[in-house]
Amino acid sequence: MLGASAAPAQELRPTTVTGDAIPASLTGAPGDAERGLKIVTNRQVGLCLLCHSGPYPQERFQGTMAPDLKGAGARWTEGQLRLRIVDAARLNRETIMPPYYRLDGLNRVAAGFRGKPILTAEQIEDVVAYLVTLKD
Amino acid sequence: MRWGDQAPASSPAQAGDPVTTGLASAPYNHRRRLLDAPLSRGITACVLVALLSSLARAEIPLAERRSGYEQMSPATKAMQDDDTSNPATLSVLDGEALWRRKAGDANKACADCHGDAAASMRGVAARYPAFSSAQGRAIDIEQRINLCRTEQQKATPLAHESRDLLALTAYIGRQSRGMPIDVAADEKTKPFIESGRRLYAMRQGQLNLSCQNCHDDNWGQKLAGVPLVQGHPNGYPLYRLEWQSLGSLQRRLRNCLIGMRAEPYPYGADEYVDLELFLMWRARGMTVETPAVRP
Ligand code: HEC
Ligand code: HEC
Repeated sequence: MLGASAAPAQELRPTTVTGDAIPASLTGAPGDAERGLKIVTNRQVGLCLLCHSGPYPQERFQGTMAPDLKGAGARWTEGQLRLRIVDAARLNRETIMPPYYRLDGLNRVAAGFRGKPILTAEQIEDVVAYLVTLKD
Repeated sequence: MRWGDQAPASSPAQAGDPVTTGLASAPYNHRRRLLDAPLSRGITACVLVALLSSLARAEIPLAERRSGYEQMSPATKAMQDDDTSNPATLSVLDGEALWRRKAGDANKACADCHGDAAASMRGVAARYPAFSSAQGRAIDIEQRINLCRTEQQKATPLAHESRDLLALTAYIGRQSRGMPIDVAADEKTKPFIESGRRLYAMRQGQLNLSCQNCHDDNWGQKLAGVPLVQGHPNGYPLYRLEWQSLGSLQRRLRNCLIGMRAEPYPYGADEYVDLELFLMWRARGMTVETPAVRP
């Protein structure tokens, strides 16, 4: 495990929330949906399937604590999806969905993860690019 | 990989353990679903959110509490129920031998002071953690054992998760098997129960979750295919198939903290003891299963 000093605080890129969305890409570029799928289904990286299920009949271990991701791209715009991944607590203070791109207001974060968001800006863009493809 | 275990699963799942699910079989909790209202829905949404989120955080009513045992497969239950197949039985036997073995500069055995554990230790584990006047705080059964070692036996304390400490704890716990949990909730213990309650409700770690989020609000749901239990302490120390060994309640709490990406407390920390006491109070009246088996 990295000590606290070995994990320098990472600068988060600025985000602008408009209504219930972050319309602009965090990186200024579109993400890659194929990489996004890999992040979403990876239990050590995206962790999404801890809580969510999705259109992955081959994945045996899926969560039931959150809505199925199937159709997420039909229910929400790209910008709405981005805000939900970046910091779902902006919409629902009580949510259990982890803040994937927020550093403040967290408590007792393990040394190896301190000062880092759960996903990088690039990874978030990949996830968003993937989620918008979930049209039905 | 099961929740909070860092290494990839080394043991195959027990036949029949409910770790596999296809697409969500249990329905997603709709109470929560309603909470996902866009900000623009304004005031009504705010009122709804306040109302519903207070519902979501209710404690489990006493009559609805369920031991982790009830969510296990028949095969794992059978393993726990039969001493000859329960892998923890070996440790209980080790513990019995340690109970009678003289130790330390005082050259005394536990049995020299306490006699037959079947009589003197009956019900003890059911009421721990308990307040210690000498320590001025609540202490757990492991700490109680180590106090006897250092003060009565003049021996060195046993390390957390050491074979001997687990064996003695399992042996003492075994004497309360089948008895109802009955920790004191009085002037002396209340501050520690309350401290445990706060820790239990506190969001922590990179995932920003509390114990409550999983064990009160979502028990019965699946976390990546693993059924969420209510998180009761009634079987510890217990043999966990995933660990392939006996482990203490603190080891279990440490696993949950690691899963939350929170900094685990050092073994023996006051925070763990307060959590243990709160969990025992929360499980009051439930049956001691020590030494239990869990997947
Ligand atoms: C610890 C639980 C948890 C994890 C992990 C999690 N979510 Fe969520 N998510 C939720 C819950 C619960 C909701 C429901 C809304 C709420 O409570 O805010 C939600 C809502 C959503 C929504 C909007 C709801 C909809 O209609 O689909 C999307 C999209 C979403 N999550 C995607 C993801 C993605 C992608 C990941 C991983 C990168 C992820 N979630 C990880 C719990 C989680
Ligand atoms: C994101 C979900 C989650 C969070 C948060 C969580 N746990 Fe757990 N906990 C689990 C799961 C899943 C299990 C069962 C693990 C298994 O069998 O693989 C478990 C098991 C337990 C058990 C063992 C129950 C038994 O029957 O043996 C206890 C006690 C417990 N948790 C307490 C806690 C406490 C205290 C906290 C907070 C410090 C906490 N948990 C946080 C998911 C969670």
